[in-house]
Amino acid sequence: MSDRRSVTVSVNGKTYTREVETRLTLADFIRHELMLTGTHLGCEHGVCGACTILLDGQSARSCLMLAVQAEGREITTVEGIARGEDELHPLQQAFMDNHGLQCGFCTPGMLTTLIEFLRDNPDPTEREVRVAISGNLCRCTGYQGIVAAALDAAERLRKEA
Amino acid sequence: MKPPPFTYHDPSTVAEALELLSGNDNARLLAGGQSLMPMLAMRFVLPDDVIDINNIAELSGIEVTGGGLRIGAMTRQRDIEFSDVVQQHCPLMREAILQVGHRQTRNRGTLGGSMAHLDPSAELPTVAMATDATIHVASAKGTRDIAMADYPAGYMTPAMELDEMVTGVSFPDWPAGHGYGFVEFARRHGDFAITSAACLMTLDASGAIDRISLTVSGVGPAPVRCRDAEAMLIGQHPSEDALKAAGETCRAIDAMADVHASSDYRQHLATVMSRRAMTAAAARAAGTTGATGATGKGE
Ligand code: FES
Ligand code: FES
Repeated sequence: MSDRRSVTVSVNGKTYTREVETRLTLADFIRHELMLTGTHLGCEHGVCGACTILLDGQSARSCLMLAVQAEGREITTVEGIARGEDELHPLQQAFMDNHGLQCGFCTPGMLTTLIEFLRDNPDPTEREVRVAISGNLCRCTGYQGIVAAALDAAERLRKEA
Repeated sequence: MKPPPFTYHDPSTVAEALELLSGNDNARLLAGGQSLMPMLAMRFVLPDDVIDINNIAELSGIEVTGGGLRIGAMTRQRDIEFSDVVQQHCPLMREAILQVGHRQTRNRGTLGGSMAHLDPSAELPTVAMATDATIHVASAKGTRDIAMADYPAGYMTPAMELDEMVTGVSFPDWPAGHGYGFVEFARRHGDFAITSAACLMTLDASGAIDRISLTVSGVGPAPVRCRDAEAMLIGQHPSEDALKAAGETCRAIDAMADVHASSDYRQHLATVMSRRAMTAAAARAAGTTGATGATGKGE
């Protein structure tokens, strides 16, 4: 016997309603029910940060929430970050330009984490960027490119403001 | 790595939550989920019922009471981090909270969750021990208050009954301008600390210590107040030698050993972290009394 509920959430501006098992994590809901597979799962227990999404604009690990807890909330995943079909978000562009990714596994979590961070702290120091991404593991880049991309994006976003 | 089946409840009042807890010896309260969700994924816990308390508005909030702060159990760590009243009344807590996990986890993690989980090196229980906080708990039968000194019953085990829940914590104020220091040793920023130390201090007009609280965590199964060090320092000037000697007494704490660190190493860290916390507290206390040139501010 499984405990099921209906859940309605807005993801990247689109409203979805699904009936799910209450034990389903938000991460699995996003990937398997909504088929938005940009959100990655590295550890499924809150260590790697790959599954980070924005919940009402605040970063959160989607593997550490139940889908039913997102009822009525607004979620942004990596699919919802770009400015349009042909225009990346300045942070994404900066990742491209600064070798901020290699395999790309950690990238969705890095981007969502940094979007919140740069909104709260538009002119960060390198040290602050490193602390901001301390909850996101990257096995490829050695972080240099990611930190450079974040600082570059901060500058691009400040110029826009 | 998926949570096991359970029945999910999401009450909107404390009374309903307590009703669900009462007589149910295999239920778990779901607060911020930053510890329970991994424990479910790893199947360290297999509850019949999960009682989600995120929709109970009355459990959140930071209130200035006569003698301190009363913070609701479901107050997010993020809200503590960005609270001006916390910075004013308990700057130690603000310094500590910056070391609690990461932004993504502080956005969800709660004060009450951290208190109930009672990890041996968790920062918020360390602050509670340092400030002689009071834990407010409730069950369907009524409410009671537990002094932080009596709250840890053992490793990750608060002195609460199965049908009780933490509803809030009161942190008594220290005098305005008191010195404080929170330091920890972790392998990476945001990891669980291997050892941490918290110190609060005031100096008299001559610059001698007239009140001190020193707590070390991650060494024993729960945070420990270092009464010997405190007693040694009352009436003393916080010289490098005096603080070092006091820190040395922390080596006597009964220490755990695990894959992260041996008991000897933890005892060594206890002496170093406590000295650093006391040094920071002394500099800040002195900054505000004008006894030395320290600024009373800093990272
Ligand atoms: S998959 Fe969520 S933190 Fe690793
Ligand atoms: S780019 Fe491969 S894990 Fe970060």
